Amino acid sequence: MKRIIQLTLTYLRIGILNEMQYRVNFFIQLLQSFVALGTGLIGLALVFEHTNDLAGWTRPELLAVMGVHILMGGVIRAAIQPNMQTLANDIQQGTLDYALTKPVDSQVIVSVREFRLWQVVDVVMGFVVMGWAVAEMREGLGLGDGLIFTAALVLGGIMIYCFWLMLTTSAFWIIRVYEMINLFEGLYAAGRWPVGIYPLWLRSMLTFLVPVAFAVTVPSEILVGRVSVQTLLGALALTAGLVVLARFVWTLGVRNYSGASA
Amino acid sequence: MRRYFDYYLTSMRMAILEQFQYRVANYFYMIGMIAEPVIYLVVWSTVAEAQGGEVGGYTPGAFAAYYIVWTLVRNMNIVFTPYGWEGYIQRGQLSAELLKPIHPLHNFLSFFAGWKVVVIIFWLPLAAILSLIFKPALDFTWVEVVFFFFAIWGAYLIRTMLLTLLGMITFWTTRVSAIYELFFAFELVLSGRLVPMSLMPVWVQDVADWLPFQWTFGYPIESLVSQLPPAELWGGLGMQALWIGITTVMVAVMWRYGIKRFSAVGN
Repeated sequence: MKRIIQLTLTYLRIGILNEMQYRVNFFIQLLQSFVALGTGLIGLALVFEHTNDLAGWTRPELLAVMGVHILMGGVIRAAIQPNMQTLANDIQQGTLDYALTKPVDSQVIVSVREFRLWQVVDVVMGFVVMGWAVAEMREGLGLGDGLIFTAALVLGGIMIYCFWLMLTTSAFWIIRVYEMINLFEGLYAAGRWPVGIYPLWLRSMLTFLVPVAFAVTVPSEILVGRVSVQTLLGALALTAGLVVLARFVWTLGVRNYSGASA
Repeated sequence: MRRYFDYYLTSMRMAILEQFQYRVANYFYMIGMIAEPVIYLVVWSTVAEAQGGEVGGYTPGAFAAYYIVWTLVRNMNIVFTPYGWEGYIQRGQLSAELLKPIHPLHNFLSFFAGWKVVVIIFWLPLAAILSLIFKPALDFTWVEVVFFFFAIWGAYLIRTMLLTLLGMITFWTTRVSAIYELFFAFELVLSGRLVPMSLMPVWVQDVADWLPFQWTFGYPIESLVSQLPPAELWGGLGMQALWIGITTVMVAVMWRYGIKRFSAVGN
């Protein structure tokens, strides 16, 4: 366990050092994040120009959802997606050998190799938007709420990671997964709004197939103070289930991998 | 003239044959793009229902019609991207194009035009499925279909010229992605891609009237789904023609100056 943490920290440090070489990228990322935030806010303003609440959600509440969505998007693009894209490339080109031969758990190493520092801009921006929403909404957040919220965010992050890992692992069998990445981005965009507004079939997809509901909507519900204990327990159970499943799929995939001889 | 006609015909036919081979990839791509309009559609249908069944003249059924036709217009809006131009210019691939006795733009225009034929054919079953799910209130006349047909190709031409202008910035500077993103954000809001223009505040509509964007997105959709009076149908095509003219002249001018700055890198 200690070794795993050490390894993760080393990769993190290398990732940060690497990104530090490209400092202009920080400003480009900043500008792009602001553009994305701007269009998001315009969308929200348009909706609330024509109505006072959207399926029971008020404007500040939806602002909170947007904050969580931006934050989680930043986490995905900083830590999850780059690793999974590297993994997909490695599987396709047969270079995964280099990771598999390292004397450490293969799932750990393929999950911590990459880190995109500048994407953290979105994480910060997500927190700012959330803070703004909470300030508009009610008399602040208790420490308890804050802890539960953080826990829900972590659970959501783990679920998204498991989902991505399984999606990428499928490359062991079907080689090309680029189109699926495109599909994920489309479905993740749906998390900008609370999943409750979608028709049942889409809501089920967003809950169990791509866990956007748990990654974005549930943490937001904690912020706006309308989450039930059952939902939280459900999130916990689903996370545990997904972790086990992802591990199983990964082991199966690696066994199926034959490498590509040089 | 004859020469260009033959070139376009051959190039389009090649693109059609090529893209028909990648059926699955094309379909995955198109399905991935459906998420965006479905999100808008659900949000605005919810708003319409909360407002007693209508908002800005659109019922949930009308929104469904708007956003289903949206998917085809969006596909018609996919042209050679500025990122593509960036690559062509930075990596010197443009040199190969310059050796041909024909302007490189014809190559991109005809290739994507051929691809569009495939996209339109693939779109039909997709639209049928979306219609079964979202029950659009679509009633059009055949005259409107004819206008729609010309409008989507007009949109294709305007957007090609706009993105060519954007892409040619790479002649002068590298690292242009931030400019592109800013452009796309403006376009998203001012074209009718995010919401039908009638839902926008009046001042935004006034701004949009001075820009080309709504003729590439909102107008083609509305020519089919909203019962536009004949004057507006003709007016829209006229505005498209005007913008095609303006942007083509701009491309020609920018090309003249830009190409002088181009020096190839390669082996």
